[in-house]
Amino acid sequence: MATQFVIDGLKAAIEGKEILKGINLEIKGGEIHAIMGPNGTGKSTLASALMGHPKYEVTEGTAVLNGEDLLEMGVDERARAGLFLAMQYPSEIPGVTNSDFLRSAINARREEGNEISLIKFIRQMEGKMKELEMNPEFAHRYLNEGFSGGEKKRNEILQMTLLDPKIVVLDEIDSGLDIDALKIVSNGVNAMRSEDRGFLIITHYQRLLNYITPDFVHVMMQGRIVKSGGPELAQRLENEGYDWVKEELGIVDETVGQA
Amino acid sequence: MSTQLSTPTDRQSAEALARSKGEPQWLVDLRGEAAELAGTLEWPKPEKIRIDRWNLTAVGNYEQGQAAASVGELPSVVTELVAEGTESLIVQQNSSIAWKQLSADLTAKGVIFTDLETACKEHADLVQPYLFKAIDKGDNKLTALHAALWNGGVFVYVPRNVEVELPLQAILFNNKSEAAFAPHILIVAESNSKVTYVDYVVSEPGTTTEPFVHHSVVEVFVKSGAHVRFGSIHHMADNGVDLTLRRSIIENDGRMEWVIGDLNDGNTLSDTTSHLKGNGSNSDAKVITIGQNDQKMSLTTQAVHFGRSSESDMVTRAVMKDSATAIINGITKIEKGATKANGVQTEKVLMLSPKARGDANPILLIDEDDVKAGHAASVGQVNPEQVYYLMSRGITKQDAERLIIYGFLAPVVSEIPIDAVREQLQRLLERKLEG
Ligand SMILES: Nc1ncnc2c1ncn2[C@@H]1O[C@H](COP(=O)(O)OP(=O)(O)OP(=O)(O)O)[C@@H](O)[C@H]1O
Ligand SMILES: [Mg+2]
Repeated sequence: MATQFVIDGLKAAIEGKEILKGINLEIKGGEIHAIMGPNGTGKSTLASALMGHPKYEVTEGTAVLNGEDLLEMGVDERARAGLFLAMQYPSEIPGVTNSDFLRSAINARREEGNEISLIKFIRQMEGKMKELEMNPEFAHRYLNEGFSGGEKKRNEILQMTLLDPKIVVLDEIDSGLDIDALKIVSNGVNAMRSEDRGFLIITHYQRLLNYITPDFVHVMMQGRIVKSGGPELAQRLENEGYDWVKEELGIVDETVGQA
Repeated sequence: MSTQLSTPTDRQSAEALARSKGEPQWLVDLRGEAAELAGTLEWPKPEKIRIDRWNLTAVGNYEQGQAAASVGELPSVVTELVAEGTESLIVQQNSSIAWKQLSADLTAKGVIFTDLETACKEHADLVQPYLFKAIDKGDNKLTALHAALWNGGVFVYVPRNVEVELPLQAILFNNKSEAAFAPHILIVAESNSKVTYVDYVVSEPGTTTEPFVHHSVVEVFVKSGAHVRFGSIHHMADNGVDLTLRRSIIENDGRMEWVIGDLNDGNTLSDTTSHLKGNGSNSDAKVITIGQNDQKMSLTTQAVHFGRSSESDMVTRAVMKDSATAIINGITKIEKGATKANGVQTEKVLMLSPKARGDANPILLIDEDDVKAGHAASVGQVNPEQVYYLMSRGITKQDAERLIIYGFLAPVVSEIPIDAVREQLQRLLERKLEG
């Protein structure tokens, strides 16, 4: 079945403050959607609400992936249903090696008694790490502990490639990456493009979209998608900033939840 | 309670027992003096915990056991800790030694690895200058009682410049509550030598049906430039009391590493102390514990700096369940004259139950200006951001918390140098954390 992901009327609040004010978005397998927007407009909140971060309360709406409403599920169930979020700020977990963590994540998707063999796992992990030009040592390091910003982002992509999700949300995957790493990560994403996988890429910069060409570009302000277009929209934002969008829509303060 | 009034030995019976075992006169005398002291001294008084309310008198009676004909004959609590082909091993069962062996290679190099009772007879010249010199028998009732009554034990002697590659292993177990179980561990590492010693102190499951007390003293002498790694896992039954004092004396440029798992099911007093006597001496202590049920524990790590440019690092991590109590003391003491010393310590407590108690007490006592010292202590719960992150990869909440808790204890687990012991430790942690 070709992947279909439909977000309908999604509203979410944090600590009683409404941040998402009704998000509508449809992503089909094979499509890449980019979300841009000034700081503090609700982009990460959208990602967190979809994943089910305990601090975010969904007050209205649905997010249906291939017929199942993710918002009805626990965080781990959403992940097993096929949602993957590369986080803007991944957690550090001391004492848990990257490879033990990755193996647990893979096995969480398999029946008990049908766990991946250690040899097969190591082969897979090492193969993907090589593609991402990660030092093999990172398999034995504690999860994200002491990783540089760019190393953390690469590690998020490693997880994405090993977990084979249906809907991938990348929250500022390009922040903290040097130019070479940006290319490697982009190649990793492009290699994952397929008919049964959709992407939602949150970014501030055109430079990522030079490597990963989006099908659709959306602008978020005040907790809503206020404008959508094709790749040319991102180009124009890069060149001219957001003022023209605000003017066009009569928006003075684009942020949300600040007052 | 009437039990706390009595001292379970006296000069006459301590000396009579020593003589009946054929111990040398100097040891008979030492035991006699100690027994007399035990009658007058007080139990140690650790912070915020009343050990005098514990049943401290059930020290049992000395029982001479049979030596085993082979390791395979010993109970599975022992055999599952021993890898195929292990050449250097000592096993104590209750009061006496059931097995001992040292590789031919190490014997040829002059290494001594035998039970301490035998060593007192055969190597008195090497034992007498050190026995109860790191910890004085007159410190308190516990040290005196132990000096009077210790049995079996381990003696490690490593000559100058000898590096022992493979770890020396000891398994000290009890399977009868009435039998005295009181090993004394003495390690002497001569200049520029290197050795790793790992022991596992355990009750055979289901055998110790009555209350018992295990009292133990560990003394380690690290001579100049020597390097000693000491690993120890304690897992005794819930009706046992474990009283263990460990101390090392570290000379110039010597290095001491402690890796301790205080994982008993019963009440525990544990004190792990390094005296950094020499200039450039160095000590590192890592301690983990899991408190469960209504267990009470007093866990202390100490570093006392005398030498210039001496360095110490101490880490204690406790996972607290049910209504268990752990009082965790970290004491860094820097004496006058220990210029450029550097002592750091961290205590971390992970609370898994609202009824548990975990106190972390970092203490810095500094009598010298030109030093560095630091401490960090924290008491907290499993971090929900970390749980969320793991769950966002499909891992269930239960597994996520399990991974985080194991990760918290990893600093000690990963340092255990014997695979069979590390694997057993892992199983032990699983049992304690799931149970
Ligand atoms: N955990 C939180 N606690 C309090 N306020 C929050 C929290 N998370 C988000 N907010 C608030 O919600 C608003 C939207 O934040 P969000 O992180 O979604 O913005 P963003 O569009 O991702 O911004 P950026 O481009 O800077 O990453 C901000 O005002 C922010 O302060
Ligand atoms: Mg953001």
